[in-house]
Amino acid sequence: MARRKIIAVGAGILAALGLLLGANVAARNSTPAASQETVVKVVVQRFVFTPTEIVLRTGQPTVLEFQSLDFTHGFNIPDLKIRADLPPGQIIRVHLTPLKPGVYDFLCDNFCGAGHEQMNGKIIVKN
Amino acid sequence: MIDRRSFMKLAALGGGAVFASGLIGRAQAAAGKAARLSGYSDFYFVQMSDSHWGYTGPDNPNAEITLKEAVATVNNLEIQPDFIIYTGDLTHTTDDPVERRQRLREFQEIVRPLKVRDIHFIPGEHDAGLDGGAAFKEIIGPTHYSFDHKGVHFIAIDNVSQPGSTIGDPQLAWLKADLSRQAKDQPIVVITHRPLFDLVPKWDWATRDGDKAIALLMPYTNVTVFYGHIHQENHHMTGHIAHHSAKSLIFPLPAPGSQDKREALPWDPTMPYKGLGFREVEAENKASEYKIAEYPVVRR
Repeated sequence: MARRKIIAVGAGILAALGLLLGANVAARNSTPAASQETVVKVVVQRFVFTPTEIVLRTGQPTVLEFQSLDFTHGFNIPDLKIRADLPPGQIIRVHLTPLKPGVYDFLCDNFCGAGHEQMNGKIIVKN
Repeated sequence: MIDRRSFMKLAALGGGAVFASGLIGRAQAAAGKAARLSGYSDFYFVQMSDSHWGYTGPDNPNAEITLKEAVATVNNLEIQPDFIIYTGDLTHTTDDPVERRQRLREFQEIVRPLKVRDIHFIPGEHDAGLDGGAAFKEIIGPTHYSFDHKGVHFIAIDNVSQPGSTIGDPQLAWLKADLSRQAKDQPIVVITHRPLFDLVPKWDWATRDGDKAIALLMPYTNVTVFYGHIHQENHHMTGHIAHHSAKSLIFPLPAPGSQDKREALPWDPTMPYKGLGFREVEAENKASEYKIAEYPVVRR
């Protein structure tokens, strides 16, 4: 993903909702997890994210590491205006620091087949 | 030709009529004085959508006959429409390219008995999302195009074939060029599958670059959008542009954002086809408005 888009994603979040300290999306090796970041590995395949529910703590820098096994799925948190394509064969990292407790729905937004409409999950942010 | 009285008779049989302002006007100028005096440009069309041919499951135990019954119902309309628009998801998705083509051909055979032969199809993601629209183009036809009918300019936008169910820059450039040939007050009808606006993004009820299409349409004062995808009637305004979604011909989905999951509403054996149907849309030369009437799959 182009750096320009990465920056735009983070800026959009801050401007729109102010829920996150910052967020960006990066492909393999470009921005590995920093030492203080919590790493959450997410396996993606038709038609499920594993884990389906991701629990995060407010203020904790986090990186979601996606590995798709079969398709270029999408990862989209509409309420936070975060999205990324998840091509198979790559590790896609989404860096974020949640600031506000709540439940944020995410979904696959690249049509991937008969179970696409059920391919979704939740990020639960707790204090 | 259908006049208001005839239309209201049809509407009374089928359900409520919906009035959407802002379509006609230029049609009068195009038709000329003599035509204006005779009401030349009145017409109506039918919108069908989301039949998902090939679906099997408990959400519609009558899936084998639902579309066939809808075809018969359209054929039994007292006054036949000028044409039909079919706003996507003709078939239910399959990973198998051979099966996909088989379903599209079976669909063609089912709708072949329609008396109205002028049918404008566009794909849904179930038809075209997994192969870039290859099978659809091969069997049904182009996925985006425009045409004119009695002074109204129709634009079919494909927002399902490209990766991520986007319209894509090449098609947006085509849309811009097509619109550049229209007067700003030209009556324009857009037909598409997914909502061009963010209806419920967490249910994938949106088009990622739909805002770009809306921005191109916004300078035009008489624009109405008809779409499918959400399996229910819904009416929404983005500025002066009206967006109307159609019912499905397979199973209804919950009201936008009304529950956590967008699971199909359960089949009610006491009321088969509840929540399903098609609609007719009347364009009147006289009153600058479209009228919409909703129909069930079977009229009893």
